[in-house]
Amino acid sequence: MGGPTRARDTKAGTRAFIGGEQRGEGINDMTIRLAGEAGQGVESGGAGFASALSHGGLWLHTHTDYMSRIRGGLNFFQMRVSDRPLWAHTEGVHILLAFSPEAVTDYGPHLVEGGALLYDDSLKVDQAAVTRRKVQLYAVPLTKIAQEIGGEKIMANTCGLGALAGIIEYPFEFVADVIKKNFARKGDAVVGGNLKVAEAGYKVGRDQYAAKFDWKVSPLKDRPDRMQINGNQAIAVGAIAAGCRFMSGYPMTPASSILEFMAGHAKKYDIVVKQTEDEIAAICFAIGAGNAGARAMTATSGGGFSLMVEALGLAGMAEVPVVIVEAQRPGPSTGMPTKTEQGDLLFALFASQGEFPRIVLAPGTQEDCFHTTVRAFNLAEKWQCPVIVMTDFYLTTMTRLIPPAEFPIDRVTIDRGELLTAQQLDRLAEPYLRYKDTPSGISPRAMPGHAKAVHQTCSDEHDEYGHFEDEDRANRLKMAGKRWRKFQHIVDDLRGPTIYGPEGAGLTLMGWGSSYGAMREAVDILNARGTKTNLLHFVDIWPFPEAQAAPLIEAARQLVAVEGNQSGQFAHLVRAVTGRRADRMVLRWDGRPLSPEYIIEQLEEAKVHA
Amino acid sequence: MLDVKTYNSPIKVTWCPGCGDYGILNAVKSALAQLEIHPHEVMFFSGIGCGSKLPDYMNANAFTTIHGRSLPIAMGTKLANHDLHVICITGDGDGYGIGGNHFISILRRNPDIVHIAENNMVYGLTKGQYAPTSEHGFVASTTPEGSIEIAFNPLATAINGGATFVARGFSGDPKHLAKLIMAAVQHRGYALVDVLQPCVIYNKINTYDYYRERVYKLEETAGYDPADRDAAWRKAHEWGEKIPIGILYQAAGVPTYEEQVSELRVGPVAKRQLAPLTGAQADALRRQFF
Repeated sequence: MGGPTRARDTKAGTRAFIGGEQRGEGINDMTIRLAGEAGQGVESGGAGFASALSHGGLWLHTHTDYMSRIRGGLNFFQMRVSDRPLWAHTEGVHILLAFSPEAVTDYGPHLVEGGALLYDDSLKVDQAAVTRRKVQLYAVPLTKIAQEIGGEKIMANTCGLGALAGIIEYPFEFVADVIKKNFARKGDAVVGGNLKVAEAGYKVGRDQYAAKFDWKVSPLKDRPDRMQINGNQAIAVGAIAAGCRFMSGYPMTPASSILEFMAGHAKKYDIVVKQTEDEIAAICFAIGAGNAGARAMTATSGGGFSLMVEALGLAGMAEVPVVIVEAQRPGPSTGMPTKTEQGDLLFALFASQGEFPRIVLAPGTQEDCFHTTVRAFNLAEKWQCPVIVMTDFYLTTMTRLIPPAEFPIDRVTIDRGELLTAQQLDRLAEPYLRYKDTPSGISPRAMPGHAKAVHQTCSDEHDEYGHFEDEDRANRLKMAGKRWRKFQHIVDDLRGPTIYGPEGAGLTLMGWGSSYGAMREAVDILNARGTKTNLLHFVDIWPFPEAQAAPLIEAARQLVAVEGNQSGQFAHLVRAVTGRRADRMVLRWDGRPLSPEYIIEQLEEAKVHA
Repeated sequence: MLDVKTYNSPIKVTWCPGCGDYGILNAVKSALAQLEIHPHEVMFFSGIGCGSKLPDYMNANAFTTIHGRSLPIAMGTKLANHDLHVICITGDGDGYGIGGNHFISILRRNPDIVHIAENNMVYGLTKGQYAPTSEHGFVASTTPEGSIEIAFNPLATAINGGATFVARGFSGDPKHLAKLIMAAVQHRGYALVDVLQPCVIYNKINTYDYYRERVYKLEETAGYDPADRDAAWRKAHEWGEKIPIGILYQAAGVPTYEEQVSELRVGPVAKRQLAPLTGAQADALRRQFF
C-alpha cells in the first residue's frame, strides 16, 4: 500500500463516466473537440462555438492541448457543455471535428461508443482508428460547400461548425450571432458569406445526421452573463484588483499570457509592465520596485523560476515584498513545454540557500486564482517576504463559465501591512531602523525617499539599521530569529483545506492546486455510486496550516493523495509535518491533466473501496 | 554646497590600506555634496565585491544586492519611483561578467541611472582570480599560465550598445573623478563611469604608477568633442602607452526610459494611493470575459 501507481492512458472512450454513461439521455452533457494543425483555426473556431453555447445559458469547461510550435503539428480545443456548473473536463469525446488526418488517428480513440467523427470528405482519414469502436463517420463536403456557397475555401471551418450545431440540434441563431460579431470587422460581405456557409453546413448536419446522433444541446431559459475566464486571466484580474503597480517578466509557457494581459491593461489601470532580458532581471526588477513601495509581481514557469532562485533568497533576506507566479509544466529542464504537471511543489517550498520566511499558495480554480492573487499581495506586504503562487499549464489555459459575482473586483481588501506613511515618518522621534527587532518579527517599512527614513536594504546579514553585520554571532541570532518569528506567525493568516463531500466518508481524496475540479467531480460520481467519499483541497500550502489541517488528515479513514506528479510531493510534505502517510496515491505525470475518470480508474485498479 | 560629512556612515571601512576604492568613495561624496543632493534623495545599489561595500560606508539610501544584479534591481526602483537619484556601484566582475546581460540591456534602455564601475581588473574579495577586464596573459590563481582571453572593453561596448554617457575616471585622481560623477548625475539618461581602480594586493600590473604614467585628460585634449561618436569609439580602443580619462561620449536629447513609460507621466507609481477599483472599473474588467 501507499506506493505510487503507474500513470497511463485512461480507457477513455470505452468507458466515459459522464455523459457517455447514460446513452440515450444525452441532453446537455457532452464533450466536443476540435482538432487539427496549428494555424487551421482550431482555437478560434472552438472559442467561437463555445461562445455560441454560453450565450444559450449553458455551462462550459474548455481546455486546449497544443504542441510547442507556431504552425503544423496537432492541437485540440475541447469544450464540455452542461446545464449545470462544471468543474473539470472529462476524458470521453462525443463528437470530434477533425481538420487533419492526424487528428483522426490520434484522437479518434478518444471518442465514446456511438460518438461521431465529423470531417471534410476530402480528408483521407484512417477509418480503422475509429470504426472498430462503433463510432459514426460523418464525412461532409465542408470545403466544397464553402467554395460553392461562400466562394472561399477558408470558410470550410465555418461550415464544419454549422454542421456541428446541426448534428446536436443547437439552434442556428446562436451560431449566427457569433459569426456576426466575430466577423464584423471584416465587413458585411464576409459576414454574409460565412452566415450562408454556416447555414448550409447546419442543414446537412441536422438533416443527414441529427437523427443518428444521441447527444443534444439545447439552450436554457435563463441566460445570465457569465465570465469565461482561464487561470492566467483570473490571476491578472486579481493583480489589477489588488493594486499591483509593477510587473516584470520574461516570456515562458505557460506563464506568458499573464505578462501579455497585464501589458495590455497597463495604461488603463496604471501599472508599469516590462519584459526584461531574462528571468533573473524579471524578478530583480520586481524586487527593486517592491522595495521602493510599488506592489510588484513576476510570472514564470519552472525553468524561469530556477533562474530566479538566488533573488528569491534576496527577497527573503532583505525582507522585500514580491509576488511570484510559478505556472508549472513538466520538467526537469525544458521538459514538455505545452503540457501540464504539478512537479515543482517541493522545489518552490525549499528553493534557495538558507532559511527564510516565504509563502506558497496553489489556487485550484479560476475563482481561487483571483482571490489568492489578492491575498498574495496583502501577505507579501504584511510579512515582507516573497509569496509564490503556483499554477500549472492546465489551470492557466482551462476556462470555465463563472458568475461575475465570484469576482468581487471592487470589494477586495487591500492591506499594506506596517507600511509607514510620510506623515508617520514626519513624526518619527527616533532614528528609523529598517530591520527593527519586534515581537512579531515585522519591522515597520518605509519607502526610500523620506528625509527621516534614510535606510539600507541588505543581502548580507545586517543590523537593525541595515548595515552589514556578517560576522557577529549575537546579531546573527537576533536577526535570523526575527525573520523566523515572522514565519511562525504567518501561519495564523493562512487557511486550512477546503472540504467537499460528506463527513465521515470512508475515502478521502487529498490534493492541492489545479486538481480541485477533477477531485470534486470524482467525489460526486463516487458518492452517486454509493462510495462515500470526500476531499481535502489545499490552496495554502506553506507555511503548512497544521492546526487546521492535521485533525482533518488524521480523521481520514482512507487517505488518497491525488497529484499531477510522479512522487506524491504534497503527500511527502503532509507526512513530514503530520506524520500521516497517505494510504494510496493517484498520480499522473504523462503531461495530461487529472480527470475524474482517471482518478476513479486508478482507484478501481488499486481496488480501493470505502 | 553640502558638508561632505553629511554622507559619513558610522561603519568602519574594511578596504585594504591603499585600495583604489577610497578615492572613489571620496569622489562620490564630493560629487553629491557639490550637487547638493541630500542622503534621502539618492539611492545606491551595489552587488558583491570589495567595491560593492561602498554604499555601506555612506549615509544614504541603499540596497546592497546579490552578485551582478544591481542594475536590474535599480531599474525596478527607478521605474517605481523616478524621483530618486539612482547610482549603481559595481565591480568589473559584478558589472561586466556575471551581470553582463544586464549591462548590455541597460545600454539600450537609457534609464536615468548612474553606473560607477570600479574596474580593478582582478577579483579582489575572492582573493585574486582573473576578471573579465584582466589583460591577456594576466597570471592569477585560476590562470596560472596567464589568461588566454582578451580583456572586455566596457567603454567600446557601452558606446556600441547605445549608452548616452560614457566616461572613464582614475581613482588616483578623485577630484577629476568627482567632476565626472557630477556630470554623470546631471546627465539625463544612463551614464557609465568606468573607474581605473588599482588593487594593491592582487594586481601588480595595473598599479597607481602604471596609470599615473599613462593617463591623460580628454578635456585637455585640443579639439576633442565628446559628441563625436566616431571619435569616442577610437578613444575607447586607446590603451597601452596612453590611456584617456574623462568624458569619452555624451549624447544630448535622447529621451530616458522613464520618460517613455506612459504610466509614469503623472508621477511615480510607488507614490499612488492604493484603493479598490470603482464599481464601474470592475464592471468594465468583468465585461471583457462575457
